Amino acid sequence: MSILVDKNTKVLTQGITGSTGQLHTRGCQEYGTQMVAGVTPGRGGTDFEGIPIFNTVAQAVQETGANATVIYVPPPFAADAIMEAADAEVALVICITEGIPVLDMVRVKRYLDGRHSRLIGPNCPGVITPGACKIGIMPGYIHTPGSIGVVSRSGTLTYEAVHQLTQLGIGQSSCVGIGGDPVNGTSFVDVLRLFQDDPQTEGVVLIGEIGGSAEEDAATFIKEHMTKPVAAFIAGQTAPKGKRMGHAGAIIAGGKGTAAEKVQAFRDAGVSIILSPAEMGTTMAAALV
Amino acid sequence: MNIHEYQAKDVLRKYGVAVLEGKVVTTPDEAEAAAQDLGGGLCVVKAQIHAGGRGKAGGVKLAQTPQEARAYAQALLGSTLVTHQTGPEGKEVHKVFIEQGCDIEKEFYLGIVIDRTTSRVTIMASSEGGVEIEEVAERAPEKILRATIDPAVGFGDFQGRQLAYGLGLPKVSVNKAVAFMRGLYKAFTECDASMMEINPLVLTKAGDLVALDAKIGFDDNALFRHADIRELRDVSEENDKEVAASEFDLNYIALDGSIGCMVNGAGLAMATMDIIKHYGAEPANFLDVGGGATTEKVTEAFKIILSDKKVKGVLVNIFGGIMRCDVVANGVVEAARQVNLSIPLVVRLEGTNVELGKKILAESGLDIIAADDLADAAKKVVAAISA
Repeated sequence: MSILVDKNTKVLTQGITGSTGQLHTRGCQEYGTQMVAGVTPGRGGTDFEGIPIFNTVAQAVQETGANATVIYVPPPFAADAIMEAADAEVALVICITEGIPVLDMVRVKRYLDGRHSRLIGPNCPGVITPGACKIGIMPGYIHTPGSIGVVSRSGTLTYEAVHQLTQLGIGQSSCVGIGGDPVNGTSFVDVLRLFQDDPQTEGVVLIGEIGGSAEEDAATFIKEHMTKPVAAFIAGQTAPKGKRMGHAGAIIAGGKGTAAEKVQAFRDAGVSIILSPAEMGTTMAAALV
Repeated sequence: MNIHEYQAKDVLRKYGVAVLEGKVVTTPDEAEAAAQDLGGGLCVVKAQIHAGGRGKAGGVKLAQTPQEARAYAQALLGSTLVTHQTGPEGKEVHKVFIEQGCDIEKEFYLGIVIDRTTSRVTIMASSEGGVEIEEVAERAPEKILRATIDPAVGFGDFQGRQLAYGLGLPKVSVNKAVAFMRGLYKAFTECDASMMEINPLVLTKAGDLVALDAKIGFDDNALFRHADIRELRDVSEENDKEVAASEFDLNYIALDGSIGCMVNGAGLAMATMDIIKHYGAEPANFLDVGGGATTEKVTEAFKIILSDKKVKGVLVNIFGGIMRCDVVANGVVEAARQVNLSIPLVVRLEGTNVELGKKILAESGLDIIAADDLADAAKKVVAAISA
């Protein structure tokens, strides 16, 4: 078991003919992911290294049975690509694209209401179930199959956490990047619920950052519903107020969204607090015993 | 991206939002002429800087005559205003806005933001105008009224009426408030704003509603489709190093510490700042070089970090995923040579091609302190600047 993706997941790439799409479609295929289709409007009927390309997501799904899609489409067109995937009823939509206008995402979220697709991201590294399925841009080789779930708003900081776990001999069940944008598809709470219900997952590393209140919501959920140990790190303890720290969502606005508030919320929920980013692996290990 | 008050009012005027007549000027002569053009009576002289709290800092003056407007403009232009939002260094005033006066019956607050919890645009209104909304939220949260807008339907007039009646506006002003909010919402969505604040929104003695102040922030990610808004950028209001970094597509934020940081990824960059603090020093900056850093980008990043004279040591922390460590190592070596690096440099590389990367650094002949992991790197750079 794992969450969201496994060895049976059939993946299509939206934006497969762009350089990013090509690079990572190849990388995921080499990892062992079933890459079954690509979509680039106007390139239907051709192929990318043997992977058939279609003009529309609906066609790709119909012809190949793809049940997950990964989007590398440039920001101006990414919202449309997400909605196309939802319209074609693709169960899992993972959007890697960084820099989508936030009002586009407001419309996308409204469009997803009542539809059957789960959106992960945007502005995220993707989802991996080590040894089974990698969808996204994370380096596959740092991961090891195992029992720790990882969920994060960040990309490279997630790699850091996974690397530390692997170095300690602790494998991962699944790792999910929910993305660094203020409006995103899947929240910490959504992923925590999946990890809580997943028999393979025995503990969770959660990596949050300044801005918004997603971490506070996660803390409430953990307090009320989680029986598995959670270790949490909040990036941006030294970040100044009112400055956007790279991620569109990483900003302390109106005095809200500080690291201190989030750490306190987790502490109140009985979460193991990771004080230094060098101790993500060891804190999780300690919480397991 | 932020803009000045006078620019925000120009934007709002296009959407039918009620604002007062005014003119932006850069000299005392122009100020006097502008005041004359406005009728020669009471007018307001307002310093134009990208920061709130101007009134309390003496940046907004009531002038009874054009001569007085001239005197106030003379005093403000070229002066440095320190408000609670500028930091202790303050901001220099390059422009002043000469605006009509108005008869104020009562002041309100009106704001539009994107509410992250609902993923929707939310209008906030409060009968406590002229004070900071955060302060109201803290002290009297029940005084903030909210309307959440369904993006599929847009602003509903009923929502405007709910807010208007909630604010206790007189009957004659309710429909004016609805029109005001409708225009504001239209401006917000069509311009891809990330924040709009009308504080205060004024109810005049005649029962009209007018934006006495206006603040707009735009979504940087949407600027590609707004050439007209891009032109409103005033780089003189931004940090020089941040402007230079943005030209090379680098995410840089200047801070006050002494350890320069170069990191790939925003989360890891923040975590690197945090661990420097954890080991007792302060970061000089946030810098995310992004996923596709080239030698050129790394070199520029180095130059920007080193142009900050407070920097006593540099920490490079790269977790190579897509980005290969050998490419980064080459960039670091090249950059260190080009800039004649003379302060301690600690490099921590991990990920794809890490061995090759370390070899390049070791064989470069440069005085680079190699670190094995995040903690080791932070300890070494903190030790190096303390030595």
